[in-house]
Amino acid sequence: MIADTSLPNKPEAPKMKQLTTPRLDQCIGCQSCALACARLVYKKLSWHTAGIRIHSAGGLSTGFVANRCLACDPAPCAEACPTGAFSSRRGGGVIVKADLCIRCGKCLAACPVEGICRDTLGNVYVCLHCGRCVDFCPQNCLEMVAVAGDAEGAA
Amino acid sequence: MIRQEFRILRVDVSTGKGKIVLLGGRNEVAGGSGLAAMLYGRYGLPDKPWDDAAQPLIFAIGPLTGYFPLMSKMVCSFKSNYHNEYTESHAGGRAALSLRFTDLDALVIVGRAKKLSCLAIGTQALELKDASFLRGMDAEGSGKLIRKMFRDGGGHRSIMRIGPAGEGRLAMASINVDTYRHFGRMGGGAVMGAKNIKGILIHGDCDFPVPAGKAYSALYKDIYGKVTSTEMMRKYHNLGTPVNLAGLNDIASLPWNNLQRTADPAIASITGERFADETLLRNGACSGCPVGCIHIGFFREKMAVDNRYHYHQVAYDYEPIFAAGTMLGVTNTFDVLRILEAMEKAGLDAMSAGVALAWATEATARGLIAAKETVLPLAFGDAQAYLQAASHLGSGTTDFYKLLGQGTLRAAAVYGGSEFACVLGQEMAGYATGELFFAAQTLGFRHSHLDTGAYSYDQKNSDKDVHKAVDFLIADEPGRAFLTSMVGCLFARAVYTEEQLAECLAVIGFTGLAGSIPAASEHIRRLRWQVRAATGFSPENFSIPKRFYQVTTWKGPVDGGYMDSLKAEYGRKILELIGTVGITDSGPEKE
Repeated sequence: MIADTSLPNKPEAPKMKQLTTPRLDQCIGCQSCALACARLVYKKLSWHTAGIRIHSAGGLSTGFVANRCLACDPAPCAEACPTGAFSSRRGGGVIVKADLCIRCGKCLAACPVEGICRDTLGNVYVCLHCGRCVDFCPQNCLEMVAVAGDAEGAA
Repeated sequence: MIRQEFRILRVDVSTGKGKIVLLGGRNEVAGGSGLAAMLYGRYGLPDKPWDDAAQPLIFAIGPLTGYFPLMSKMVCSFKSNYHNEYTESHAGGRAALSLRFTDLDALVIVGRAKKLSCLAIGTQALELKDASFLRGMDAEGSGKLIRKMFRDGGGHRSIMRIGPAGEGRLAMASINVDTYRHFGRMGGGAVMGAKNIKGILIHGDCDFPVPAGKAYSALYKDIYGKVTSTEMMRKYHNLGTPVNLAGLNDIASLPWNNLQRTADPAIASITGERFADETLLRNGACSGCPVGCIHIGFFREKMAVDNRYHYHQVAYDYEPIFAAGTMLGVTNTFDVLRILEAMEKAGLDAMSAGVALAWATEATARGLIAAKETVLPLAFGDAQAYLQAASHLGSGTTDFYKLLGQGTLRAAAVYGGSEFACVLGQEMAGYATGELFFAAQTLGFRHSHLDTGAYSYDQKNSDKDVHKAVDFLIADEPGRAFLTSMVGCLFARAVYTEEQLAECLAVIGFTGLAGSIPAASEHIRRLRWQVRAATGFSPENFSIPKRFYQVTTWKGPVDGGYMDSLKAEYGRKILELIGTVGITDSGPEKE
């Protein structure tokens, strides 16, 4: 076997993870994931100000959708942010620095999938792809998947 | 947020205006059932008829709602047109968490809207909209249009609505909650109808800080594990409550054909397993409950000679199957769902409607009524007839059905046949387990099988010790009253022991209530009875029809003397409770 000398001889980039919803058709609408995110990540009791939000689509007869960050890369919300509060996260998605946010809402407008939530004060909530919701889905709808990290895209 | 005071929204739908009221009493009445009773004591008119415009329609949640799993139900209380006394009904769905995230402990609706209307409330909203165009519309179609009438928060709100039965103020009218759950019993739908309110939309979108430290999240995780990873809730998660059908039939405790018998070999075609194997489409959950006990079945209809079908989704549970199935001699799973859907669309309580139609069937067989009353002949097992009869009943298309919709005993008073009317305060629940259940449900607070543990006691005890049995009911009731004040699902009784509830309350800051659960439980139990007594309750108001004296269970024929003694003693104990409590003083309103 001939060695491929074109590849740089450097350590593999760290694996980043993304939250995915591969089995959302199993969702029963219990909201446990959203409550877990709000409780554990944002320290709130809420089914709304969380990184993942479960909605019915046209009534409870038609199943559920999860509004959440799809880990766009590049992230249009980060590109739209005028103050640098949003920056691209290695492996897709964004990192949000709340103290840099002016609550303008441009990130919400830029997100094509309603993945970002804003409370009545204008504070924004987005999935950090931390996976803390996964253990609180009784239906095994959610999964963390590893993706190759992209150092150049890191914040 | 965690506050010791109750935050109440009182809306007068005659003006469309509301008022936020802060009330004390947390450590005495807790929330839910206790709060609802306190609010009726404050705003109710015990001496006025149930449909007086000023009577309140009350929705209440508890201090743990949203904070812990399965604290996902709501109490609805009102003066019932069924017996003109104060009562409660309970429902799940999204309603409880929606109210929590509207930052309210209770919603109190008074007045009568000038036109048929929909009421929408939210964290920053209170709106009353003309909904005249929904008049006569079924519960399913109404839900679809109400979603369009109010655009904000779509897919994340609770919508309660009534069907034609509620508009017609039938005592069997339910309130549909989020399509698959109901305030089914005691005619809450009629109270909404009397207020000219077709729908109530609750859009809760606020948030609260969780308690500091790690204890709350750790406790949540612990309880979440108990309800999802152990066997404690598997019964409800797997086959759901219909798992009881075969078991109760096996011990001769399942009502068939208007309770003419309590077991039938035909059970084989209508068990929980058969429903799951043949009809179960998917499962659903109340918001905040990972158990997911809602079982949604389907049936399909061929609409043309060619292969053109449409399908329908219908939630099923043990008692709707008893009511639209075994009680009517209907043993095809899909037929049961068809009948339930007809009741659902009309906005009828399925249990009351099924039991009423069972009585009408026997009354037909005995020649007391005929097709001129029922429009079409009724016969046990004739699913097509029941499908149409359910619609007639819900819409009150004839004088007979209008009367029957006010309660089976009211129809029997005109046509005869009260001796075989299966009414225990209200049309019976599906547990023909024996003397204690029959006596207890007759006097039960909301005429639900879950008012007491009598149905369970009957299955485990064959002795006839009146005092032991009634002592069991009396000792058991405060715990149930406290759990319905939280407002926890009664399926979770094994998880939420008194010690567990104390821990939950303490960790989120209700330390006073956590330290006084026994006293609060007893106070709530007594307060509920006292409020009901103020509206006219007396044990003598309720009797046990002759049919229940003819039942045979695993213990043999019902002992009528024992049953009469149980009812007398339970009634005496309730009167003792009523006489020894003062109405909670919630203090002045802070506005």
